[in-house]
Amino acid sequence: MADKQEVKVQTTRQLLIFCLCTALSSSAYAGPEEDRIAFQAYFQTRFPDVPLADYINGIYALDEGARRQWVDIEEFPPYEFAVETGELLFGQIFRNGNSYSDCFDSQGIGVRQRYPRFDSDRGEVVTLEMAINLCRQRNGEPPYSYDSDELVSLSAYMAWTSRGEVIDIAIPDDPQALAAYESGKQFYYSKRGQLNFACSDCHVTSAGLYVRADHLSASLGHPSHFPVYRSKLGKVISLHSRFYGCIRDVRAKPFAEQSIEYRNLEYFLTYMSNGLVVNGPGARK
Amino acid sequence: MASKIKVKVKLKGDIAEVKSLMLHPMETGARKDPDTGSTIPMHHITQLTFANNGEPVMVINCSTAVSRDPYFSFSFNGAKPGDTLTVNWVDNKGDSDSTEVVLK
Amino acid sequence: MHPGRRLFIQGSLALAALAAIPRGLLAMAWPEKAFGSAVANDAMTELFGTSQTTPSDAITLGAPEIAENGAVVPISIETTLTGVQSVSVVVEKNPRPLAVSFEIPPGTQPDVACRIKMGKTSQVMAVVKTENGLFSAAKEVKVTIGGCGG
Repeated sequence: MADKQEVKVQTTRQLLIFCLCTALSSSAYAGPEEDRIAFQAYFQTRFPDVPLADYINGIYALDEGARRQWVDIEEFPPYEFAVETGELLFGQIFRNGNSYSDCFDSQGIGVRQRYPRFDSDRGEVVTLEMAINLCRQRNGEPPYSYDSDELVSLSAYMAWTSRGEVIDIAIPDDPQALAAYESGKQFYYSKRGQLNFACSDCHVTSAGLYVRADHLSASLGHPSHFPVYRSKLGKVISLHSRFYGCIRDVRAKPFAEQSIEYRNLEYFLTYMSNGLVVNGPGARK
Repeated sequence: MASKIKVKVKLKGDIAEVKSLMLHPMETGARKDPDTGSTIPMHHITQLTFANNGEPVMVINCSTAVSRDPYFSFSFNGAKPGDTLTVNWVDNKGDSDSTEVVLK
Repeated sequence: MHPGRRLFIQGSLALAALAAIPRGLLAMAWPEKAFGSAVANDAMTELFGTSQTTPSDAITLGAPEIAENGAVVPISIETTLTGVQSVSVVVEKNPRPLAVSFEIPPGTQPDVACRIKMGKTSQVMAVVKTENGLFSAAKEVKVTIGGCGG
């Protein structure tokens, strides 16, 4: 009996020491994994009835009335045309005889969940959209404009082939990669524009609340369902197009699609959603 | 060329559940082009006809208030595998499009 | 040939040709005046001959309480009424209230769904025409101006 008690005390002490050490090291520097765990934990605490997996559905995880309308639209989602166009474009052979499947792992099928990735040779974050254009340029084809139907449709198709795949963004052991992540994180939490809002003001602090008649979604899961067909615009748009819109709406000067700022932001945001699954393309208002 | 009318049919006994989605701008004629400021002319599907083996099973008369990229669903009786369901629309500019699907 | 006789023969041939078209299709001209009316009652009178309807519990109108986006509002209409000839959607406050009209041939179920545009908060009415008259069910659908959804 005495031995057992002694073991118990030993274990408890060890546990205390372990916790203390962890706490000390955490306060010194929280890396991306700690950020992600804290980010996901925040939403789970804030919305205890929302399963973690449901965050990929954006506002529909938080708004029952909106969800029903979305379910109706998903009966026959309008992005099906973009996926079909994307598949046709994806199958095209370049003038030099190559195709997109030569540029990507797994021939480009079911790879979306690992984008954006940090390209150590280039020293920058490469998004899926950028990778599509890099592929074109490497094979002597002119790049598509980032808001073109062609590029968005290709992105929609590639997202579609990754439906259900677990988001798995890697930050390689490269100080530049960590710097890109930190830059995206800083952008996310920085106030901007005449309205002086940070992304986090709406999508972390005020997630689930309203800004006029808009019900604010949580940032967790945001990149999972892009590109999205927007009912308002009657077409599919990219994630960076939405960044552009959001930043314009807080009356700040928006950056261009695929600018380094947005790529780093996407890198940070998608990493935060690691563990959730891809469900793009999506349908939203 | 990718199709502009999509049709999905589920046969349950002799009832065919039809869902259809089609590409069309359905312009109301009240919208202004954000770049040029000029009004975008009205351009919308006026009538959509579904026929099974040539017999009309649904005719839908549309105004500009039908959403862009229209969606419709309905069910009809007396369907069987091998039947041909045709869908065709005409719009206010006189354009038209059609497609057909064999029920299975 | 006497001009009148030619006209008569042409007319007969035309009538014969018309008779050859399945009866249902003859009724299917696009109701331009009804769609062009700016007032709900006028649109209904153009389409049905009257704007009087009998509210009916036998019609189930599916429409959101608050439309997420006025450009795409999913609507569904089901009814247990028999002898249904048409199902129409009237959006009272739309610039042109008659939104869509489904002509239901015999053998087709009076059970339809579509997506419509709404300009602002309005009553949405499902009008079901049967061999026994005009019946309806209505719901108010709120349409809001966004905030930052763009």
